[in-house]
Amino acid sequence: MNKLLQTLCAAVLGAGIATAAAAAEPIKVGAVLSVTGPAAFLGDPELKTLQLYVDKINKAGGVLGRPLQLVQYDDGSDAGKANSFGKRLIDDDKVDVLVGGTTTGSTMSMVPLAEKAGVPFVSLAGAVVIVEPVKKWVFKTPHTDRMAAEKVFEDMKKRGFTKVALFSETSGFGQSGKKETEAMAAKMGITLVANETYGAKDTDMSPQLTNIKNTAGVQAMFVFGLGQGPAIVNKNARQIGLAVPIYHAHGVASDEFIKLSGAAAEGIRLPAAALLVADKLPANDVQKPVVVAYAKAYRERYKEDVSSFGGHAYDGLMLAVDAIKRAGGTDKAKVRDALEATKGYVGTGGKVNMSPTDHMGLDLTAFRMLEIKNGDWVLIN
Amino acid sequence: MSQFLQFLFSGVTVGATYALAALGFTLIYNASNVINFAQGEFIMLGGMLTVYFVNAGLPLPLAVALAIALPAVVGMLVEKLAIEPAKRSSQGAEVVSLIIITIGASLVIRGVVQVWLGKGTHAFPAFSGSEPIAIGGATLLPQSLWVLGGTALIVVALWLFFSRSLAGKAILATSYNPLAAQLVGIDTQWVLLVSFALSAALGAFGGILLTPITMTSYDVGIMLGLKGFVAAVVGGLGSGLGAVAGGLLVGIVEAMAAGYISSAYKDAVPFLLIFVILFFLPRGLFGAKITERV
Repeated sequence: MNKLLQTLCAAVLGAGIATAAAAAEPIKVGAVLSVTGPAAFLGDPELKTLQLYVDKINKAGGVLGRPLQLVQYDDGSDAGKANSFGKRLIDDDKVDVLVGGTTTGSTMSMVPLAEKAGVPFVSLAGAVVIVEPVKKWVFKTPHTDRMAAEKVFEDMKKRGFTKVALFSETSGFGQSGKKETEAMAAKMGITLVANETYGAKDTDMSPQLTNIKNTAGVQAMFVFGLGQGPAIVNKNARQIGLAVPIYHAHGVASDEFIKLSGAAAEGIRLPAAALLVADKLPANDVQKPVVVAYAKAYRERYKEDVSSFGGHAYDGLMLAVDAIKRAGGTDKAKVRDALEATKGYVGTGGKVNMSPTDHMGLDLTAFRMLEIKNGDWVLIN
Repeated sequence: MSQFLQFLFSGVTVGATYALAALGFTLIYNASNVINFAQGEFIMLGGMLTVYFVNAGLPLPLAVALAIALPAVVGMLVEKLAIEPAKRSSQGAEVVSLIIITIGASLVIRGVVQVWLGKGTHAFPAFSGSEPIAIGGATLLPQSLWVLGGTALIVVALWLFFSRSLAGKAILATSYNPLAAQLVGIDTQWVLLVSFALSAALGAFGGILLTPITMTSYDVGIMLGLKGFVAAVVGGLGSGLGAVAGGLLVGIVEAMAAGYISSAYKDAVPFLLIFVILFFLPRGLFGAKITERV
């Protein structure tokens, strides 16, 4: 009897909520993320961020009086699956806007779908190819590998380093980074005197580092990788006594990186989004309120540290919401135009100024050069 | 010369990790002719559980003991819940089916750890500091000596177990001829259970020694399992000495390839090595020379 009563209550309650929701048709946000698989460390915080902020926005009354509804699929870090989920989101779920594509592969597999169906698509993946050449319906929030290389070389030149060893991962991220770094080096008058690679799952990089150590004239080393590999590079470099300054790319920007590298992290520099040093930003920094609020909200709900990847998802969702507000509805063409007209939006990744020729809208100021001192991040300049 | 020595040290360190993984394969193969593809997950469990227990505030020795005991239980569960029912069904499953079951078990273990302990990468400090030891212009980490020492200890212990103890001999007898072993009163079910527990504990022990060098996450078992399998095949399946030799050989060849040829071809070299060795020595370096009687 009790059970029956419970079920009845639940049914009545459910019906009540359903009628309330029907009054204002929800805005459907479709997301394909890599929540499991090798890219899980990217997709996991992204999903948590989307859930957190969809809840927050709905509690505050939704967008234009309509609640947001997140429709999410996990592609398991498989670009092929991302394509079929993308299709499902567009054809079956009829989403108003797409946020996601954790990896460049997943994003690129969904780009043709969004282009054909005409759905605004904000990607959370890094590579330049997503927005270059510009695709009508596709935007992205993270910084590119080209920007990371430029930022690092800028800092190296300031310190008088022109002969650099490049040590890149054989993953998609590392190889795209390698290509962009090589192009950027030629442009900025930097000579790559050594060019080595390592596998993402390697547990020892000392042979390659020994070769770099024995190369004449190396003034600094630039490591382009993700995850735990770069931390092992730091440890091995310290072990064999490679004394040149080490730079990393933006892919390792997390507190975990310092923890894993231990004492070997001292003096390492890398470009990163402001989110990582939220508390250390000067009070007059335009990004400070945004990143501090995001970091606080995320930490409160999930009891774990923020990563710049979750920040990309925050920016993706907020850009879309902002565009829907300015478009005054979910008409897809109007939302797209509004996205392209985004000016002066301040997010966790930086200040976004989109244009018909730039669907990312970030410049080099979005990156902060950080150095690790006494086991913590320190802002340079 | 110092360059060569550095490559050698790197190769020996990595090789010892492969050897540890290969030893686990050897043990279960000896008892059942099954290649246990969940071996890599036992290695992962050792590292991950130690991290978990240390973070939970337990002292390191206790954490290590628990991180060896728990995987042993998991190993027995895998045998009891997955391998044994399959073996008992009708005429007993073929070896290939059992191998596929172990792949399934590895997916389950990996999935559970991923959900329970998260997807991040972890490490704990090396047992005796991380100041590199300089030898002849090259350097070696103290933890590498722990790994090498641990591997040597396990090899000796296994050799004693198999050649001196009744239980070990029972396992060997079961591997040669299960039916005959049963006829002389050996409980072959029990043998399989023990060998799963042992190899899981072995793998976990190795995983604990490795973690300060290689770090650990829910998915380290895939790579270690694969390279360990390569090492076991190169050395000759079923031979403890072969597993160690195979592991060291694969590790050293990888390091030399990365150092002298190109780091881009490093991962291709061990697989090339398999071709060459199996072409000339189909049973591996130390594989038993069995002649089948018709």
